[in-house]
Amino acid sequence: MLPSLSQVIAEKKAGQPPTHGQGAMSHGTPDTSQPKIETRHLNFYYGQRQALFDISIQVPQRNVTALIGPSGCGKSTFLRTLNRMNDIVDGARVEGLVQLDGTDIYRPNIDVVSLRKRVGMVFQKSNPFPKSVFDNVAFGPRIAGLTDRKKLGEIVESCLKRAALWEEVSHRLKDSALALSGGQQQRLCIARALATDPEVLLMDEPASALDPASTARVEDLIFELRRNYTIVIVTHNMQQAARVSEFTAFFFQGRLIEMDRTDQLFTKPKEKETEDYITGRFG
Amino acid sequence: MSNTPDSESRATGARLTSATLSPAERPSLQKRWSLTTLKEQCIRLVLFCCALLSVATTAGIILVLFSETLLFFSQVSVLSFFGDTVWQPQSQDNPRFGIWPLACGTFLVAGIAGLIGMPLGLLSALYLSEYASERSRSYLKPTLEVLAGIPSIVYGYFALVFLTPYVLQPIFMNALGFEVGGFNVLSAGIVVGIMIVPTISSLSEDVLRSVPRGLREAGLALGSTKFDVSVRIVLPAALSGIMAAFLLALSRAVGETMAVTIAAGSQPDLSLNVLRSIETMTAYIVMVSLGEAAAGSIEYRSLYVVAMSLFLITLVMNIIARFILRRYRNVYQ
Repeated sequence: MLPSLSQVIAEKKAGQPPTHGQGAMSHGTPDTSQPKIETRHLNFYYGQRQALFDISIQVPQRNVTALIGPSGCGKSTFLRTLNRMNDIVDGARVEGLVQLDGTDIYRPNIDVVSLRKRVGMVFQKSNPFPKSVFDNVAFGPRIAGLTDRKKLGEIVESCLKRAALWEEVSHRLKDSALALSGGQQQRLCIARALATDPEVLLMDEPASALDPASTARVEDLIFELRRNYTIVIVTHNMQQAARVSEFTAFFFQGRLIEMDRTDQLFTKPKEKETEDYITGRFG
Repeated sequence: MSNTPDSESRATGARLTSATLSPAERPSLQKRWSLTTLKEQCIRLVLFCCALLSVATTAGIILVLFSETLLFFSQVSVLSFFGDTVWQPQSQDNPRFGIWPLACGTFLVAGIAGLIGMPLGLLSALYLSEYASERSRSYLKPTLEVLAGIPSIVYGYFALVFLTPYVLQPIFMNALGFEVGGFNVLSAGIVVGIMIVPTISSLSEDVLRSVPRGLREAGLALGSTKFDVSVRIVLPAALSGIMAAFLLALSRAVGETMAVTIAAGSQPDLSLNVLRSIETMTAYIVMVSLGEAAAGSIEYRSLYVVAMSLFLITLVMNIIARFILRRYRNVYQ
């Protein structure tokens, strides 16, 4: 049986490991003074249809922020405005302000390519390139111009280690990435995203296509990574949000209903809609 | 209740009767001859014959090619066919049948066509699938495909009366001082290259677009430019499909007849000079077919052996291409 949300929160407060337990550490007080990402009055349109309404949010540094809400509530769309992945969608339009470290990322003179190097992304469906494991992780550094084989090797090794995949693939770096299991592929995608040395990691339901054991590994990994990266994760799974995040934002019908510390939001939600959603009355 | 006792009993009664019929009284399931079943049989037969006809035609052609080829080799040794470097079947005192001059002409034209058609076709496919907006794609793709609808004789004519005198001769003869014949390989190769662009671009675009969107997004999210994504992700992922498109287009170039007959002439020389006239295998077949080679003569049989060689070349290329294409499809489906 799934643990109840309050149980998950209580365990986490008691310093328990997030899921099944490797390497959980007590987490120092988050540095919330300067938000890493901030949006103000963000509206987003797909052609005529408005998908996001007046979103103002502050994502703190070196923390995991979870975005929850029912399907189609705009949480993925919101995530994709943060690294301008929506730019490639025909007819997409953004209004309002999105700031990374105080810089408006939609200003005309922003270089989207370097923005995306600082704001990495992991997708719902694992999407390794049909290349070797090594070439997948080395892809980002290579397009950035790194050719030194030794340095590439070091980066690949350290990223695979940080993604908790090194043990499993160190002897088969030259094998095709498509030969890995689903869970390994997703961790490979995380390693690949880490290789560009980003500051922010956006994760769009990274574990939704994985079996429970792989999900647990990915969650442990996210919990580990929060010490060095600012992570924004979209999830359908509220237990997952409760386990891995310090802050949670609840989206509903394209609006941000409520954002708070995860334990607050799940135990004492301020809004009626949030309460209805987390107690399973809809969604 | 709307059901009266009466209607209810009738309903159950009806059910009862059909169940209680004796086996002999039940409607038979055995097939019986009637007009309908006869009609079905006829339709089936007609359709089968139509399908059979095309298979039989192909088989017949191969059979004739094969038997005439055997007859040819009973008069000319296989060794001289593949060993001799001169093709002069019309010569009265010393007819020689070395296939290489014709093969060389065919491969020269196909090679030039490939050099021009492959990059042009691939780059336009890349533009259409990766860069063009939906709107410009909806105009460009049909326009490009119109190229495939132009009769090949128009291309040959275009090469002969425009490309050679107004482009090639001014550049190579007047400016660079080379001899350029009125018939030459280069002009034929160029127009055949343009002819195969639609084949390449349309097939390659299909395989490029079938590369999953997730791979492009992954590339962009890692800070790739559109060019990086196209060249380092999409192109390698689609490579085998593109190879297959190249092969299919090249086999078309090898089999191309009208344009090369008109533009490249009929001078069977074993030479790599692309500014001179040569004769391709297809052009030779046209020439002999139009001439008065007596049935059963060696010249007449040489027609079949050339056709057989051509058939084998294109067959092998097509088989390889289909094989690659099928294997590629399995990767992403």
